[in-house]
Amino acid sequence: MKKLSSEKLLGLAAIGLVAGASFFALPKSIEAQTTTIKIAYVDPLSGPMAGIGDTGLKTFQFIAEEINGKGGANSRKLEIVPFDNKLNAQETIVQVQKAIDQGIRIITQGNGTSFAIAISEFVTKYNERNPGKEAIYLNYAAVDPILTNDKCSYWHFRWDANTDIKMEAITSFMKGRTSIKKVYLINQDYAFGHGVRDSAINMLKVKRPDIEIVGNELHPLAKVNDFSPYIAKIKASGADSVITGNWGSDFALLVKAAADAGLQVDWYTFYAGGTGGPTAMKQANLANRVFAIGEGFANVPHAPSQTFEKGLREKYGVGLFYPRAVNEMRMLAQAINQTKSDDPKKIAAVLSGMKFEVFSGGEGYMRADDHQFYQPMYLASFGPIKADQPFDEEKTGWGWSIAGKIEVKDTIVPTTCKMNKPV
Amino acid sequence: MAELIIISTLNGVLYGMLLFLMASGLTLIFSMMGVLNFAHASFYMLGAFLGYQISKWAGFVPALFLAPLIAGGCGALVERFGLRTAHKHGHVAELLFTFGLAFVLEEVIQIIWGKLAVDYRVPPLLDFSAFTVYATNYPAYKTFMLLFSIAIFVGLILMLTKTRTGLIIQASLTHPHMVAMLGHNVPRVFMLVFGLGTALAAIAGVIAGPALVTQSNMAALLGPILFVVVVVGGLGSLSGAFVASLLIGLLQTFAIAADWSLARIFGQYFQPASGTILNDIWTVTVAQVGPLLPYLLLVLVLIFRPTGLMGTRDT
Repeated sequence: MKKLSSEKLLGLAAIGLVAGASFFALPKSIEAQTTTIKIAYVDPLSGPMAGIGDTGLKTFQFIAEEINGKGGANSRKLEIVPFDNKLNAQETIVQVQKAIDQGIRIITQGNGTSFAIAISEFVTKYNERNPGKEAIYLNYAAVDPILTNDKCSYWHFRWDANTDIKMEAITSFMKGRTSIKKVYLINQDYAFGHGVRDSAINMLKVKRPDIEIVGNELHPLAKVNDFSPYIAKIKASGADSVITGNWGSDFALLVKAAADAGLQVDWYTFYAGGTGGPTAMKQANLANRVFAIGEGFANVPHAPSQTFEKGLREKYGVGLFYPRAVNEMRMLAQAINQTKSDDPKKIAAVLSGMKFEVFSGGEGYMRADDHQFYQPMYLASFGPIKADQPFDEEKTGWGWSIAGKIEVKDTIVPTTCKMNKPV
Repeated sequence: MAELIIISTLNGVLYGMLLFLMASGLTLIFSMMGVLNFAHASFYMLGAFLGYQISKWAGFVPALFLAPLIAGGCGALVERFGLRTAHKHGHVAELLFTFGLAFVLEEVIQIIWGKLAVDYRVPPLLDFSAFTVYATNYPAYKTFMLLFSIAIFVGLILMLTKTRTGLIIQASLTHPHMVAMLGHNVPRVFMLVFGLGTALAAIAGVIAGPALVTQSNMAALLGPILFVVVVVGGLGSLSGAFVASLLIGLLQTFAIAADWSLARIFGQYFQPASGTILNDIWTVTVAQVGPLLPYLLLVLVLIFRPTGLMGTRDT
């Protein structure tokens, strides 16, 4: 083996010293100005639910641009880095790991409760094993109550109202509509769909014991191309109303099949406003017969949110389906500003319990006990837009009108969460 | 109830006919070349995307004829320059070749048309409801799909049994050497059959595209079912494929309509504690396991009748 001469060794050491010194000497302020804060967006960007994932990505990018335009977070720019989880739990973890390997420690995801649980558990375990390098998981749409109850984690924060909160609002509304006699439940066959089904059955039993549940259907997630057999079954059951938690193409195709068969029932939904939904509802000619629950709709009379809506539509041609994502990103930016740091551990400490003026107006707060965000909720119906309503959806000429607002205090549900806070 | 049965039958037969359009090509190719074409469903997908593109440029009717022609042409080229070369190295090489081709086609389609579903709509010409059963409308487009696939089926049978080309194809199926001795170009017949088979799959794609969803995973959704159809019907048997297609179409549609579960049948004798695994099995309905039934049928057929319903040789 060839020996290194002492001169060469000395030279190498010198280079190392200089390099090391210059690295440490780099002023913090310059570093802060030159690097962006990256947020990993992990959702389906291929396959049947890609439409939803793509709209979400555009929404997040638009929100990041808006925040950057106003000076960014702690004078640094936010950047959304997309990761395709292919609607697959294993792939989700691979992608989250990949993001963390790239040094991204803020993860956001929303589509699919089963994947959300996987991420929450993964991040929690990762943080236990890697103190000082914690990652944080911001959930904008996965709504299984279990995430803020039995399986809650200090590192998981949820901005969307969970299934129980949403179903509470829907069933309270149904309570007042005496025309409802027979209800049909159709949901996706996984944790979230089961949750919707169970809470619908339990809450209707209490609020409207006279309603008969004539059908209780579970179908595979994102695998059904033609819902006509299911529609035939709904028709045969004689139902006058359908409750469904279906999202993405599973909702659009369900209503499309209903349109083809001429099924006329009222629909009580969680996610009718998702990509493809409005077009299908217009096709089915279901004027003011589809109701959706959400934390904001384009036509909520609130000037700042309408200005935002207009900007998003002009830039990307899509409406805002995720007002909660705006809340999430703005609160993240505020937490980074407050702590003057992008360290997830510090951010989490500030987010927990944070009060915030929400996107559609009114005050919400991130409950410290379970990291569930509470905010005013709206129930809206879909139909031809009226003169005072500026926005339609997917160029159908139809839009959302607010049928009822639920104040924060009426949305509170108890939690069984016992959170392990880091010391 | 009668309404549900009639509508389910219509939906089942329609789904079955779509399966048959694809399975017929697959089984023809198998019986001739002894190779199970893994890329068959990819040609169905190619047909759907070509149909979308051509109907955007020139309308639905040209797409209905041009897309299968182009896809069939691609199929013939694949046979001539790919499969024929792979054939020299035996069946395993051929099988692997078609397996790889399926991935290549999916990637190419994603590169050209993207990963999102494309907006392939029912042509306005056929966008109305054709008739009403009790109170359920049946869309004109679905009626068209049904009639069109039946027409193709009849045409295929006539071509195979009544024309000279059909006779030569049938002869090449069983006695390729004899046919070659008689002076016919057997490799060209193979190429023709492969092109025809892929064109049939593409027809299914063009007409199914607007009714289902045209996206880059549609081959993966339908591919496995196709093999079930071919094996259940009997490898290489056209009439077997027909019966099996309808059987599976009806089976899947009626399974959704059935709400039977073990609990409903035996519930009065025995009720497992809620929350246990046994209770989960007890309460699962036929509708929920519907997607599983064709594969169950596949396993049963392979155990009890390996030749398939109408096949003559072992799978």
